[in-house]
Amino acid sequence: MEKTWNNKAWFLVLPVLVLVAFSAVIPLMTVVNYSVQDTFGNNVFFWAGTEWFEELLSSSRFWEAMVRNLIFSFIILTIQVPLGIFIALNMPKKGWGVPVCLVLMALPLLIPWNVVGTIWQVFGRNDIGLLGYYVNALGIDFNYVQDPFDAWVTIIIMDVWHWTSLVVLLCYAGLVSIPDAFYQAAKIDGASRWAVFRYIQLPKMQRVLLIAVLLRFMDSFMIYTEPFVVTGGGPGNSTTFLSIDLVKTALGQFDLGPAAAMSLVYFLIILLLSWVFYTVMTNYDAER
Amino acid sequence: MARIDVNHVRHSYLPNPRTDADFALREVHHTFEDGGAYALLGPSGCGKTTLLNIISGLLHPSHGQLLFNGKDVTNLSTQERNIAQVFQFPVIYDTMTVYDNLAFPLRNRGVPEADVDRKVRETLEMIDLASWAKKKARGLTADQKQKISLGRGLVRSDVNAILFDEPLTVIDPHMKWVLRSQLKQLHRRFGYTMVYVTHDQTEALTFADQVVVMYDGGIVQIGTPAELFERPRHTFVGYFIGSPGMNVMPVAIDGKTATLGSQRIELPGAPKAGSGAIELGIRPEYVRLGRDGMAVSISKVEDVGRHKVVRAKLEGRDIAAVIGEDESVPAEPKVRFDPAGINIYADSWRVEMGA
Repeated sequence: MEKTWNNKAWFLVLPVLVLVAFSAVIPLMTVVNYSVQDTFGNNVFFWAGTEWFEELLSSSRFWEAMVRNLIFSFIILTIQVPLGIFIALNMPKKGWGVPVCLVLMALPLLIPWNVVGTIWQVFGRNDIGLLGYYVNALGIDFNYVQDPFDAWVTIIIMDVWHWTSLVVLLCYAGLVSIPDAFYQAAKIDGASRWAVFRYIQLPKMQRVLLIAVLLRFMDSFMIYTEPFVVTGGGPGNSTTFLSIDLVKTALGQFDLGPAAAMSLVYFLIILLLSWVFYTVMTNYDAER
Repeated sequence: MARIDVNHVRHSYLPNPRTDADFALREVHHTFEDGGAYALLGPSGCGKTTLLNIISGLLHPSHGQLLFNGKDVTNLSTQERNIAQVFQFPVIYDTMTVYDNLAFPLRNRGVPEADVDRKVRETLEMIDLASWAKKKARGLTADQKQKISLGRGLVRSDVNAILFDEPLTVIDPHMKWVLRSQLKQLHRRFGYTMVYVTHDQTEALTFADQVVVMYDGGIVQIGTPAELFERPRHTFVGYFIGSPGMNVMPVAIDGKTATLGSQRIELPGAPKAGSGAIELGIRPEYVRLGRDGMAVSISKVEDVGRHKVVRAKLEGRDIAAVIGEDESVPAEPKVRFDPAGINIYADSWRVEMGA
């Protein structure tokens, strides 16, 4: 039988294409456009070529923000992933505890990001904040406004509080999908608690963990709102991450060209690192 | 290897069972002899798996006692009981190789690596996966995965018993035969105490020396396949075993004759008076179709290969008869009951017949 070719279907795809063009492609191309030009206002643009990219890649400000961002993501992942797994393992599997735990876990995820920032900004203050005040009362000098280390601690604890739940919920979903027979077989085989985790629970959680790591990496690498609200990138530049730096450049200084170049580089870095994570973790999967 | 005494065991999944209906296992009192091959046969939900899990220690019974070789193990954990169990669906450790999967239960018990190697290789030969030893277990087919599960059960030589919970459900029919006969061979060779749960009568009858038929949380009959076939103690056993199941019809008894509607049936002996509803049970294999006897009307003839099953009505009741593949159905069909195959039931339980 001859196949009927009917191109009318393309018309049905058209609205989506238009929508994507307006929401993604056109803004992206605008950014590309800005990144290779310079302007002194009045909508007069001059061709700048790769100047902004060269300037960006040779600026220590950019690399410092990048290193800070990488360290931040690394710390976040090393805390949140094991902690998330640990909490998920200890959550009840049946009974009234399940909905209670799930709701408690979901709560931080439901709070708007700038509200999370505000909560911790107040919470950590050493004059009126519950946390800041009592930590100081214990004799520990804690001041996130002046001390870079304290600022980092505050932001990391805040992010752990905000996002560990996501890892927990994903891992929990992986855990409850394991049939009882696996645990029974492990008992019959005399497996230790560690062996059950290593050979049954971890392999079954692997796929969701991949998603958790990717999401947490991307989100932490793009973090903006919460540190902006809590520390505003300070003290000094100590908590200025790439996104905060970008906004300072683009909106604070209104340097559209350098900001556009930075956005593109930033975008490519996230794309590249996500791809590396994904490839490494799925290859590992395939080898086994 | 051990003798297993199940001593008045009752089990309920409810915290405060009150009536008999709350019990998944009403009461089981039975001894599994050392080195015996047993099948637990019964419909879904009759308590087979519950009983099995109680023996292996995955469940602790609400009441009663469990003895291994006379030693009370009721409160011991699964590990301490040293039992092997194979589940209905394959359980494999996907990140390990086939070899490591089989070595797992041994290594967990601290068996020296040289012994592990010897046992694992032996078992791999047995389940015919020797060439797959180095492969990751996750890429295998369902058949092969289940073979690994079986292998993990068989690799420990010192177990008290090996329990099988419908292990061949996911296996292809051809492979079922092969594996079942391998299990049987193993049993003869090593004399393991084996308990095999199934709802498939063929599987039960071919595997076991003793078949334990369970119904509604209790044991209704224990016997050899032949006993279950010839002398079902309960009408349930009659229905459940045999294909088609036993014909059961209400009758009135007077001495050595039973009356079914207008028909009179000679019995081999006079049943000892039983109370309650009296029924006559006869297997289709003992119903003779011919030109004399009680008139029946044929509703259907099913050709099942080696024989034919005749479905007919006798005094308005459904009755099945088995005739040979070459026999033909007479024009005015009548049936006789072979006295050797007649059993009488009072309130569903079989009553003995006197001379």
